[in-house]
Amino acid sequence: MRYLPLSDTDRSEMLARIGVNTVDDLFADVPKSLLLREPVDLPRRKGELEVERILSRMSAKNISASSVPFFVGAGAYKHHVPATVDHLIQRSEFLTSYTPYQPEIAQGTLQYLFEFQTQVAALTGMEVANASMYDGSTGTGEAVLMAHRVTKRRKAVLSGGLHPHYADVVRTLSEMSSDDVVTMAPDVGGTEDVLSQIDDSVSCVVVQSPDVFGNLRDLKPIADKAHQHGALLIAVFTEAVSLGLVKSPGSQGADIVVGEGQSIGNALNFGGPYVGLFATQSKYLRQMPGRLCGETVDADSNRGFVLTLSTREQHIRRDKATSNICTNSGLCSLAFTIHMTLLGEAGLSRLARINHANAVKLADQLASVKGVEVLNKTFFNEFTLRLAKPADEVVERLAEKGVLAGVPVSRLLPGAGLDNLLLVASTEVNTDDDRAALAAALKEVL
Amino acid sequence: MLNRQGRPSSAGQAGTTEHPTFTGNKALAQIEPLLFEIGRYDTTGVDLDEPEDFKPRLGGLERKEAIGLPGLSEPETMRHYVRLSQQNYGIDTGLFPLGSCTMKHNARLNERMARLPGFSDVHPLQPVSTVQGALELMNELGRYLVTLTNMTAVALSPKAGAHGELCGMMAIKAAIEAKGEGKTRNVVLVPDSAHGTNPATAALIGFKVKPVPAREDGWVHVEDVKERLGPDVAAIMLTNPNTCGLFEPQVAEIAKAIHDAGAYFYCDGANFNAIVGKAKPGDLGVDAMHINLHKTFSTPHGGGGPGSGPVVLSERLAPFAPVPFVRVKDGSFELVEQNNEAGGTAAPFGRMTAFHGQMGMYVRALSYMLSHGSDGMKQASEDAVLNANYIRAGLADLMSLPFGNKPCMHEVLFDDAWLKDTGVTTLDVAKAMIDEGYHPMTMYFPLVVHGAMLIEPTESESKASLDLFVAMLRDLAMAAKNGDKERFTGAPYHAPRRRLDETRAARSPILKWTPPAPVAEAAE
Repeated sequence: MRYLPLSDTDRSEMLARIGVNTVDDLFADVPKSLLLREPVDLPRRKGELEVERILSRMSAKNISASSVPFFVGAGAYKHHVPATVDHLIQRSEFLTSYTPYQPEIAQGTLQYLFEFQTQVAALTGMEVANASMYDGSTGTGEAVLMAHRVTKRRKAVLSGGLHPHYADVVRTLSEMSSDDVVTMAPDVGGTEDVLSQIDDSVSCVVVQSPDVFGNLRDLKPIADKAHQHGALLIAVFTEAVSLGLVKSPGSQGADIVVGEGQSIGNALNFGGPYVGLFATQSKYLRQMPGRLCGETVDADSNRGFVLTLSTREQHIRRDKATSNICTNSGLCSLAFTIHMTLLGEAGLSRLARINHANAVKLADQLASVKGVEVLNKTFFNEFTLRLAKPADEVVERLAEKGVLAGVPVSRLLPGAGLDNLLLVASTEVNTDDDRAALAAALKEVL
Repeated sequence: MLNRQGRPSSAGQAGTTEHPTFTGNKALAQIEPLLFEIGRYDTTGVDLDEPEDFKPRLGGLERKEAIGLPGLSEPETMRHYVRLSQQNYGIDTGLFPLGSCTMKHNARLNERMARLPGFSDVHPLQPVSTVQGALELMNELGRYLVTLTNMTAVALSPKAGAHGELCGMMAIKAAIEAKGEGKTRNVVLVPDSAHGTNPATAALIGFKVKPVPAREDGWVHVEDVKERLGPDVAAIMLTNPNTCGLFEPQVAEIAKAIHDAGAYFYCDGANFNAIVGKAKPGDLGVDAMHINLHKTFSTPHGGGGPGSGPVVLSERLAPFAPVPFVRVKDGSFELVEQNNEAGGTAAPFGRMTAFHGQMGMYVRALSYMLSHGSDGMKQASEDAVLNANYIRAGLADLMSLPFGNKPCMHEVLFDDAWLKDTGVTTLDVAKAMIDEGYHPMTMYFPLVVHGAMLIEPTESESKASLDLFVAMLRDLAMAAKNGDKERFTGAPYHAPRRRLDETRAARSPILKWTPPAPVAEAAE
């Protein structure tokens, strides 16, 4: 087997050195009756070529985003990732290293985490950011738990514009922890009355902007009302590129900002792995979940970086920890930070403008198709259409025509009576031809 | 080195070096400033054309102020990150015996497979008809995991080991509530030797944690478990093989006692890599177990994630598996994404994450399993155990084994009794290993032995590599016993940094770069 260096001769010599006859003597603590005599019932080993054949066959059954006009979003976005990013994250020293528990030989990881934290804090307009979470949805769940710790209250209010999967994650966690959750009705137009839900019993309000229907939300009044009642505003985003163009949640008064960072540096990957961004204000630092990287000096007074404030974490605090989280999303945060470094402020804001411009163009083009109504007054690179027919059927028909048109709202919110709504996203990857193809296909189907 | 910030402690100023250089660099050892010290706010390494004029639809929420994100051109970016990478130790650099973390070879075939466009360039919410191959892969991975463990169902979506623990414990909680015992069964037994994530997970969803003390032989004893069992106990969280590197010989009796008391057996599968193909957790009475794909099935650790922690479930817990999951119907694959679509007796407890979990990791893990096959996976487990025992045999006379010189599984645990009166600590030994070109073993874990050193060589090491590693540790042991304290307490001498001041980092945390104060102010 190509991954196993030991030869049979090595094995015999080693067994002799250990002083046992067979390798099964080393498994003596496994009850005899439970030790398997034969390999389990799965195929035998395969060479690289055969493995490639099998997996390539499976891969070929899928329609990839780059191969068709592609407008699918709703929390994960198709962006161009520079070749440099994928090359660098595959360097052995990044790819095959572990959590930097031995900082003297992990300064590469630690320095980029420190840079990542700085970038995320700047992007979100917050004072501190952690070294990343699993993804945006689990980060949102952690943010709610953090708000409960800060406010010592246990009731969260979820906006009807929060991505339904995110809301499900929060609800699952809250039900299991016996915490209260109020989920507002789906808010297609971005006009819900969050303010009326806020009172002295509320720990936090969770509001997404751009929301799942694409609307941009003015967070300031919500933050103000929350603060009047001693509650926190958790601002969520699923499209990190939007922050290149719209006001940061921090500047609007958010107390915790959590978002999905996939858009920058990371492929679609059928939903994962992604990278959760998590930021807050310094005063809440000790209640923050996840890993943190901090600056220090070494024995020669040279600057260096270490993981820090680990007294919050499970390996020290066990059942008193702020979270059970034991990892971050290292390599995805590396991809994020490299792509962000390549973009810089100039590149990010231009990328954001291109996204917005493409979406505006698309919205105007689709608005002229009979049977299509654009519902958004505001949006960044994604908006909601009302179609003359059920959106899931339309999407299926369009897929047959080689156009991946978007996400039917009914897939995220079945039974909500929103069957004719379709979420459509447009990024820098879409060309005029793509937009024309979508408009033409819609015209045929509707 | 020129210091653009005026900071007193710039990167890599080697004050004690015998042959100082003008730049501070030492040949291949290059100093790399922070991005924020070399980047420029008007520089970009991506060529994008400004869009034509258009009317924004941002509703007055445009960003007005600068963000504060410097950029680099492409060649500068390349150099920045290559230089950073060179300050890191990876599996491909050398032996990485980090116990409990399983730093085995990461085959690049798996990287290539994960980047096939049908896996990496598909969206989680595309029509299911356009991702049949992706669902087929998930289904196949699930079949492999269920077969290897002899369990009934699998929840693929948890994003890491601890997330898998949470998933398994949520399934247990849901099952208990379904039986109407939610109010009464609220205690989880956790041995002292468990990973910190176990008690943290149980506490997170409202369970009370009751510890099971460690015995002198490193094992959990069934009578200690029985003593703590009662109508209030929901589950035990037991790691097997345990964190001392030992297989729990009474595991079947413990499982029976737990079941007889109406509780569930959660097995922490962090060490499953020792027994893949040798024993099936389902045969041991396990009800739920997470599998760290990044340990057992070699998906890269990536400097701290992303991980992936699928959970296999027994027949009793299978109905409570969370959404989403893949179902085969009429020859095609369906994705069940909502609780009320599960059908039959299924009662999913909810959702762990947006979308469907760590697809990129599923592909890598399946690529590993296909490559090894059932025969190769069994051999890998045997070699991992053989390698750990070979290290034990090579060091037993010089270092101290807290539970006696008996066979271990895939990792061997030493304590620091052998360092008594030397003035050298476990931490010092670890730092001296760095100078010898090795990544240190896991230190001070598990907590049940003093000054723990947990060594896991994995099956990826050759005999020659192990021989040199053993010889190196024997040399260190002799040096410590002969009073060569300096070799340890000042170590590392040869790493990119000397020992770092962690207390200082925690006392007044600096968690991001801030622009330097103006010169006049800084001079005060």
